[in-house]
Amino acid sequence: MAKKALTWLTYLSVLAATYLVFMWVPNEKVMGPVQKIFYFHVAAAWVGFFAFLIVFLCGVAYLVTRAEKWDLYGASSAEIGVLFTTIVLITGPIWARPTWNAWWTWDPRLTTTLVLWFIYLAYLMVRTSFPEPEKRMRFSAIFGIIGFIDVPIVWFSIRWWRTIHPVVVDGSGFAMSSKMLTTLLVSLVAFTLLYLYLLTTRVAVARIDNQIQRIKEAVLR
Amino acid sequence: MSYYNQIRVLVWKDLASEFRSKEMLNSMLIFALLTTVIFSFAFDPEADTVKKVFPGVIWVALCFAGILGLNRSFQGEKSNDCFMGLLLCTPDPGVVYLGKLFSNLIFMLIIELISLPILFLLFDYRLQGSLGWLVLVIALGTWGFIAIGTFLSALAMNTKNSELLLPVILFPLLIPLLIAAVKATGLILGGGDFASWSNWLGIICSFDLIFTVVSWFLFDYVLEV
Repeated sequence: MAKKALTWLTYLSVLAATYLVFMWVPNEKVMGPVQKIFYFHVAAAWVGFFAFLIVFLCGVAYLVTRAEKWDLYGASSAEIGVLFTTIVLITGPIWARPTWNAWWTWDPRLTTTLVLWFIYLAYLMVRTSFPEPEKRMRFSAIFGIIGFIDVPIVWFSIRWWRTIHPVVVDGSGFAMSSKMLTTLLVSLVAFTLLYLYLLTTRVAVARIDNQIQRIKEAVLR
Repeated sequence: MSYYNQIRVLVWKDLASEFRSKEMLNSMLIFALLTTVIFSFAFDPEADTVKKVFPGVIWVALCFAGILGLNRSFQGEKSNDCFMGLLLCTPDPGVVYLGKLFSNLIFMLIIELISLPILFLLFDYRLQGSLGWLVLVIALGTWGFIAIGTFLSALAMNTKNSELLLPVILFPLLIPLLIAAVKATGLILGGGDFASWSNWLGIICSFDLIFTVVSWFLFDYVLEV
């Protein structure tokens, strides 16, 4: 029941966000229609970071309780996090090319996102490297914790690294009209719901997967 | 035995077994020098640009050589069930971690002691800043590299292809340390004053502290059988 409600809420909110972005919100004066990518870009970045926070929390919860479900949630969240971070890394350059006149700048936020992406690809590598379920769960929980602790240090070091160079766009210089803000908030909600929907679905798939494994082992024995 | 003595015995064990064969040290040293030589072909050592990339060359060479040692650090314990023996030595896994950390650190410092002077020679680089600060930054940077590297090496040991896994999971986490170490090294080499690179020293120290403590704390979970 709850799952059904979540599905519908996700569907409707994503639909609403799409409508607002493409039909309702006015074009940005200088950048033009390309700026519309901003609403999905920021929302995807938020989901990406949020997903990795969940990986960290699930890692801690797994090491404390040793309950398999925390591993399932952590693993699913990491996969979705990598997916959304990839979306950020793809939409970013598409937006950057016409506005900054470069596909990529070594801006602190961009670079941190890239490093984050690499750290969680490594997390997925850890997961596939251990065939034994117990080791896989334990080691990926540990790596999820270590990786998350690294992120703030990455952020600070990259920010100081870049301060010597001109910053192309700074966060404060982005005044938004109320329509834009509404659209951004709606797409944030839509993407968060989408994340929750994907997470619960992925966990359900992983559960079935584990059951099949167990049945297979039982039959073969 | 006290905590300190336990660590000392483990470090001594690693050093004794390594100095009997010198297998790992030799290949690390040759690899560090080889990386440097390849760099000097890649960037013309006569050109002025080399002054700019020199700190980067130092750290890339050290990281590449270091990863060879880290790969072996726990992998070597797998033959003849040495690792089980190691676990039976002490009730506290933290001792195993600190022991491996110190022995890896000593190996790295030996490599640095030999390869860095040669690096300066090959690139004909004149140090403008203070040697003491340079040594401090390199030692602290190496500490951070080894602290997280030893931990992940123990984690990767449990898989069949740990040589493939370790670099992929280690390098992304090292990025902040590398940025800070390269920046600090560059500023010191160029004769910058303490204030200009103390920020970077702060990052290196906090990286060292955080990852030594977190690794030491989480090592119990890595070694569970």
